[in-house]
Amino acid sequence: MNRFVWLALLALGLLAPFAVYPVFMMKLLCFALFAAAFNLLLGYTGLLSFGHAAFFGGAAYVTGHLVKNLGLTPELGVLAGTLFAGLLGYLVGSLAIRRQGIYFAMVTLALAQIVYFLALKLPFTGGEDGLQGIPRGLLFGVIDLNRHVTVGGTPLPLALYYFTFALFCLGFGIIYRAIHSPFGQVLKAIRENEPRARSLGYKVERFKLIAFVLSSALAGMAGAMKCLIFQLASLTDVSWHTSGEVVLMTLLGGVGTVLGPAAGAFTVVTLQSQLTMVGPWITVIIGGIFVVCVLVFRRGFVGELGRLLRRSL
Amino acid sequence: MKSLYSSAALSASLLLATAGLAAPPKETISDGVVKIGVLTDMSGVYSTLGGKGTQVGVEMAVKDFGGKVLGKPIVVIGADHQNKADIASAKAREWFDNEKVDMITGLLNSGCALAVQKLGGDKKRITMNTGAASTELTNGAWTPYSIHYVYDTYALGKVTGQAVVQTGGKSWFFITADYAFGQSLEGNTSLFVKKLGGKVVGSVRHPLSSADFSSYLLQAQASGAQIIGLANAGGDTINAIKQAKEFGIGQKGQKLVGLLIFDTDIKSLGLNVAQGMQFTSGFYWDRDEATRAFAKRFFAIHKAMPTMDQAGAYSATMNYLKAIKLAGTDDPDAVMAKLKSMDISDFFAVHGKIRVDGRMVHDMYLMEVKKPSESKGEWDLLKIVKTVSGDEAFMPLSESTCPAVKK
Repeated sequence: MNRFVWLALLALGLLAPFAVYPVFMMKLLCFALFAAAFNLLLGYTGLLSFGHAAFFGGAAYVTGHLVKNLGLTPELGVLAGTLFAGLLGYLVGSLAIRRQGIYFAMVTLALAQIVYFLALKLPFTGGEDGLQGIPRGLLFGVIDLNRHVTVGGTPLPLALYYFTFALFCLGFGIIYRAIHSPFGQVLKAIRENEPRARSLGYKVERFKLIAFVLSSALAGMAGAMKCLIFQLASLTDVSWHTSGEVVLMTLLGGVGTVLGPAAGAFTVVTLQSQLTMVGPWITVIIGGIFVVCVLVFRRGFVGELGRLLRRSL
Repeated sequence: MKSLYSSAALSASLLLATAGLAAPPKETISDGVVKIGVLTDMSGVYSTLGGKGTQVGVEMAVKDFGGKVLGKPIVVIGADHQNKADIASAKAREWFDNEKVDMITGLLNSGCALAVQKLGGDKKRITMNTGAASTELTNGAWTPYSIHYVYDTYALGKVTGQAVVQTGGKSWFFITADYAFGQSLEGNTSLFVKKLGGKVVGSVRHPLSSADFSSYLLQAQASGAQIIGLANAGGDTINAIKQAKEFGIGQKGQKLVGLLIFDTDIKSLGLNVAQGMQFTSGFYWDRDEATRAFAKRFFAIHKAMPTMDQAGAYSATMNYLKAIKLAGTDDPDAVMAKLKSMDISDFFAVHGKIRVDGRMVHDMYLMEVKKPSESKGEWDLLKIVKTVSGDEAFMPLSESTCPAVKK
């Protein structure tokens, strides 16, 4: 994609907290990274995981616990959460990739429900209340993430925002590199025709597993960020609704496109926050939008846009 | 010349300083508006007993107060936290950061309440909890800006537990909602049951908003306990009681005891199912002239009688606004100081007091559901069996683990 587009997006990201409520913006970034990580698996490897909330929420709990109870600095907390999600991804992935299609999805869902159960029952998670009051702490032991800088009369949590934005860029960059590397080409080959990729001599299982671990670790990074932003890790993060939501975001934005999942995440999260006033109708409205999108934009917003512009976005 | 100027300046500044001391504090309202947020369950299992009705209570209080305090407008906003702590905390954060909300009330669901109260403490905003029940709110989770207004699990457990054990219900089995509130309620009730020589034979936990209680009820039935204590609330309690009826529980010597029941629950269960049940409440609309007068006005708007949460939200808002007027500012520290020193007397509470731990201490009532033959109207559901004074019902400060309580 055009370099200017990337620069414009970067500038937009840097300036966003001055225009949009920063906590909301950070939530968008978390879910955008989560969806992008998920898309690496669904869009580029053709594996539909229905248990990604386990990595997202699991990392949130681990980070929250380490930062709150063991006094880790936030960057180490995020790192630990990411590594935990990667490890969990390795365990889940090595079981799940032995099966195909719907069975793969069922295995990931089942294992994710185990993680949900653990989050409900383990002593440090706080059960239905979640892990509350997680401190944001000092980044590298120096920068206070709670510090607000007053710009034009409104205090903005700029330190936390730019920390989140940097992590998002890092995660997104890793995904972008992975997709546009020879490794990514092999993943696409597997997606298109697995037996043929195998016959060409690629160890398909190993590629799938690496993609799975990478995807779950980055999903975990998004979860770890979310727990620092909201100072809370809750059952919502590990529930199967969240797993479903990330599928929805990815499909709405455009599966198998670089920017699609982020666009989908922005749409869904914005709708959710704007429509809180309508109460239970919110799921009906989002469901309706989803139905319309499936009927009209089969490739998602970004996918359709890419087709109009005749380029891959 | 220079010294003359400086001495004049000095005396002038001294004068100003003494004038400043003598004059009442400057009338200041931050951001030129007092904003009250009603954050509660507007769509889930607790929406009938709190929900929109809580917002109606708050809006009525604002209207009765005159819509303005210290010449500045009062605005009420509401939102649904869907019983999820993360939604509650995100919404409260947005309200504090962006919407300049000064006080949040409602807060049904202890998990959500704990999250919002913590945030209120960090951001120096007042939380007046009328909905949630956990005693943790006035103990470990206490903040200088938190008030727990209506009831808590200690009072519910103590009043109901004692009444039941004293009439012979010695062995208990609990069906408990699996989160802060349920655990707290079960824990507190067990304590009083054991203290009076009763015993707890077992308990089972169910997730919030369960549709099917059959397996829990069968366990309770098999336990052989005399009393099945329902440590849950709202839709969960209603489901459990209805399904217990279907299983024939209550006909073979076992008795169901709801530990937290609201008028609206009895309304939807019907007197046939619920008759004779005893429970504890912080408010009943048909207590005296003042409560009936309020209930009538409330009914005209909401088409249902107020529950203790909804009436409590009115009273909390009214007294919050009074405290602002008395303090001459909406500064949270000054308002909290006023609230904790003033006498809270209205239709809701008789000589209530807000203690140092944020607990509003007022009378609690042991209620009994009327027989269908005793009921004279659609909402004539309950009778007050016993009035228990606040000091007796609520946790004494000597047992408190609140950091503000000096021992």
